[in-house]
Amino acid sequence: MIPLMHVILDVGAEAEQAGARKFREVLEAKLRKEFLSEDVRIVESANLGVSGQGVCMLVYPDEVYYGNLKLSDADRIVDQHFINGKPVEELFLDSPEMRRLMAWRRREGIIKKGRGRVVLDNVGAVDPENLAEYKSRDGFRALAEAVRGGTPEGVLDTVKRSGLRGRGGAGFPTGMKWEAVREAPGDRKYVICNADEGEPGTFKDRIILEGDPFRVLEAMALAGYATGAEEGYVYVRGEYRTSIDRLENAIRKSREAGYLGRNILGSPFSFEVRVKEGAGAYICGEETALIESLEGKRGTPRLKPPYPVTEGLWGRPTVVNNVETLANVPPILRNGADWFRKFGTERSPGTKIYLIIGHVVSPGLVEVETTTSLRELIYGYGGGIRGRRRLKAVQVGGSSGGIFDPSVLDEAMHFDALKEKGGILGSGSMLVMDETTCIVDMVHGILNFFLHESCGACFPCRIGNERLVRTVNGFRSGSARPSDIDLLEEIASAMKVASYCALGQSPFLPLSTAIRYFREEFEEHVNGKCRAGVCRFKVLKERQEARRWTVVMSR
Amino acid sequence: MDGRDVAVTINGVRVRVPEGTMILQAARTAGYEIPSLCFHPDLRPNGTCGMCVVEIEGVGVRRSCCTPAGDGMDIRTNTPRVMDTRRTLIELILADHAADCPICDKHGKCDLQRIGQDLGIREIRMAPKEVFSRRSDGGIVLRDPNKCILCNRCVTVCTEVQGVANLTRIGRGYTSKIGTAFDLPIEDSVCVNCGQCVVYCPVGALSSRDDTREVRRSLADPGKHVVVQEAPAIRAALGEEFGLSPGAVVSGKMHAALRKLGFDRVFDTNFAADVCILEEGTEVVRRILSGSPDLPVITSCSPGWIKFMETFYPGLRSLVSSAKSPQQMFGALAKTYYPREAGLKPEDIVSVSVMPCTAKKFEADRPEMRSSGFKDVDYVLTTRELARMIKESGLRFEDLADAPADELMGSYTGAATIFGATGGVMEAALRTAYHLVTGRELENVDILPVRGMEGVKEAVVPLPLPDGGTLDLKVAVAHGLGNARRILDVIRNQLETTGRSEYHFVEIMACPGGCVGGGGQPFGSTLGTRAERGSGLYEEDRTLPSRKSHENPAVQRLYETFLGSPCSEKAHHLLHTAYVERERVHGRAAG
Repeated sequence: MIPLMHVILDVGAEAEQAGARKFREVLEAKLRKEFLSEDVRIVESANLGVSGQGVCMLVYPDEVYYGNLKLSDADRIVDQHFINGKPVEELFLDSPEMRRLMAWRRREGIIKKGRGRVVLDNVGAVDPENLAEYKSRDGFRALAEAVRGGTPEGVLDTVKRSGLRGRGGAGFPTGMKWEAVREAPGDRKYVICNADEGEPGTFKDRIILEGDPFRVLEAMALAGYATGAEEGYVYVRGEYRTSIDRLENAIRKSREAGYLGRNILGSPFSFEVRVKEGAGAYICGEETALIESLEGKRGTPRLKPPYPVTEGLWGRPTVVNNVETLANVPPILRNGADWFRKFGTERSPGTKIYLIIGHVVSPGLVEVETTTSLRELIYGYGGGIRGRRRLKAVQVGGSSGGIFDPSVLDEAMHFDALKEKGGILGSGSMLVMDETTCIVDMVHGILNFFLHESCGACFPCRIGNERLVRTVNGFRSGSARPSDIDLLEEIASAMKVASYCALGQSPFLPLSTAIRYFREEFEEHVNGKCRAGVCRFKVLKERQEARRWTVVMSR
Repeated sequence: MDGRDVAVTINGVRVRVPEGTMILQAARTAGYEIPSLCFHPDLRPNGTCGMCVVEIEGVGVRRSCCTPAGDGMDIRTNTPRVMDTRRTLIELILADHAADCPICDKHGKCDLQRIGQDLGIREIRMAPKEVFSRRSDGGIVLRDPNKCILCNRCVTVCTEVQGVANLTRIGRGYTSKIGTAFDLPIEDSVCVNCGQCVVYCPVGALSSRDDTREVRRSLADPGKHVVVQEAPAIRAALGEEFGLSPGAVVSGKMHAALRKLGFDRVFDTNFAADVCILEEGTEVVRRILSGSPDLPVITSCSPGWIKFMETFYPGLRSLVSSAKSPQQMFGALAKTYYPREAGLKPEDIVSVSVMPCTAKKFEADRPEMRSSGFKDVDYVLTTRELARMIKESGLRFEDLADAPADELMGSYTGAATIFGATGGVMEAALRTAYHLVTGRELENVDILPVRGMEGVKEAVVPLPLPDGGTLDLKVAVAHGLGNARRILDVIRNQLETTGRSEYHFVEIMACPGGCVGGGGQPFGSTLGTRAERGSGLYEEDRTLPSRKSHENPAVQRLYETFLGSPCSEKAHHLLHTAYVERERVHGRAAG
């Protein structure tokens, strides 16, 4: 029976902590009691695009968001809304800002189309554990067409013509990567889906894996078909328990239905996928460290060249693609390269998932075209700065991205955006900061992250990061010298030139842009002033002073 | 590499190098040095230090130690960008390094110190790092983690060259360090004390136990009679410490210097090497002719190899010759034969050896090495320690007049002196074995197939038998324990599958190049240096009046007056030993 209503329940980490699971049980019990179990289907979603609102759910077809739900609210919603058709307004996701945002979203039609046109169109709309639902939305059509009537060359050609670029951060053309693997000599080849999403504030891959896992498997099989690989691995961040469970479920069901395994859909093409859990090292998101880890070794980057396309997993040619990149592949093959190129810009076709996080009204993620400006992302989709404060800075692209002042707001967020200003699009995250943020303190946080995640293999990254943290700490504690600003830049630039992998090169961008756009703040810190009032150096200094006197007195 | 050449331009200089040559080495061809802390020509590059970055036109910045020179590359090794990077890097490293240069073992031979000087670093703008763990543990190989720059050379040599894999990287990021399994102290680990890590360490993070203090104290004690022996490989390397080129043989100056240092008798390990050949050669011939299943006979003079065998191949113990190493044979005789001849009391004798080897310190301390009733060898000095004693005493080594060793236990043949090079023991033994089997003398004593730096050398030597037949003696020589593993795995496999091995006699030396490449030798050596030292020994062999151990008159006298015959009961008691089985984690004797 086709359900009449859908409840999309947020089971993201935040909602789960607020009691989403328990709420689901109560809701289910109530529905059973009212004999509505068949008519109202509860679907779990990893994220509804809201944050800080406790247990949340979205009710279709009315498109009503409920938030901050208590267990007792379940009965009320079922009675009043589901049975009598009157949404419970007191329980709407509610704040003046939220109301403004919802109104804007309705006006712009975002609730309908902004959920995603290419990558996220299934997320939240299908039951991620149900193969039939995936198939009902053209799932596995691209694979079926490829193995039945298509050719590997055809698949490769479409992906190349689409101009799809890698969504993991570097923006390398996916078709070129596939072609390199296809042409590399080797008796065995591999496809790796990089799902070791470790970038702070980035959770787009998790949304895809939890919301639409079959799509990722279909894309991997297509990559295998195009490149000549018969084995694939999904290297998933170990903390992503739900992603892992859903992937494993999807693999099992796909195999049973003949979409994976030997002789897919009766064709000569075979493809197996295995899941490998990461153990929490950021460096294992670097593709060669990931491969080392997959081989059971310590996760340290390899020397490049050779690149994985010629010598990857077990020394064989290997495709390593990010989850979001792969999620683009089935729709491209279904609809054609020209369809895909209608979105976005000439050099960055398609859409991109942007993560709008930090001091915005409605943190979350959105999939829009790459022509979207930073201003639209922050003030439109993010709902603007929370609590009537002013925008101070935004870090674009994850922790290794540049930190900019509001002068860059009208830049479109395509892959080559901000290049001249020293930035990268990276993972697509936009960390929004208002005036309560101290840039020095923020940079310290980023550098501390790199220090913590440095594998320690190469000198520049191992020693450089420690020295950077220590030097920035000098600014926070009031012991820095004016020349330390140059020292920071000098160390970071040596690290950029001489580090073994991208991790050691990472501090350069945030640090150099922070110094370029917020140099004054660094200088103020040398003189013992923190305009945001975050750095406690004054307190420390006073205490130090006090202690010194105590020592003198006690002599 | 299929032998093709590629043409590259380095700083405007066009050079042709074989395909696969790394840019760092191609630059040397073009006349440019590129600084590096982690690169060593003998080891697989690991690219950790980042000092060797160069700019390649159209490609960008690359590490020259591990980027092969490609045809048509236009490379710049000294642009402002890379030079600035190197300066910042070396400053970072120096700030992170416990720089107690004046009291450091590597002072003057330290790559970090040299590069810091070359780049003209005169100020370190960063506060020195806090010491993050205690100074090194006891034992023979000593560590100072505060000096370690984590270049990984020691790990590479321990794992890939020596096949011991004792040292590894522990922990992550800034607090990572080099250590053993379970972070055990080195003396409680499977370390075989070969000291190759010490030799390859670019800084002073690894060093070896210093015993000069004890030796100096004995020399100053009027109640003690101090005798000294020097291993073959010392004479071909000691000169390097005094500015001579590697391979310059300084036997005469060495003996003179030791006498001036106050040793009462200056003997020579080479004497014991000749004894060793008679003992081991006799054992080989007996085992082969008797059709013993315990074949091949494997040499036993390298204590690093012995501990390695006891730990990793204890099943092959019965194959290893029971003959002690020359050092320990000498030690046993120095407190039995010598005092009898010289009218001394053995308890007054202090027996010192000078060895190219750190494992010899371990060997001398083994509990079974007391067959004279005393500790056979009291103190073991390395080549480096002897050089320091000479320098400390103010001797101008290069001006010393050559002097011979004292005759009783100091005369030696060419067969003994080549013990110091890989293949030397094999060659010396074959020279005598021929005599032992046939009763005749070998005409051409140069057995070239067992010489040289090839990792595993094999040869078939036809040996005429007394019954008129010929035995094709199959021999193999391995140096470096990684190479030893290769041949041992073959032998073990043959024994397990067929019960017999095709080999009759195998020489194994723990260190690449043999003893000339030992862990106690002067710093800064490469495989090339080691080969030159070896050539020096072969040169001495060529010029000595006698080149076969059984012709050594002092050795003949020893057997006539004291031991009787090779492998006699007395010889067995003094000159032979037995081996233990060791735990794989702790390296302790099992049971």
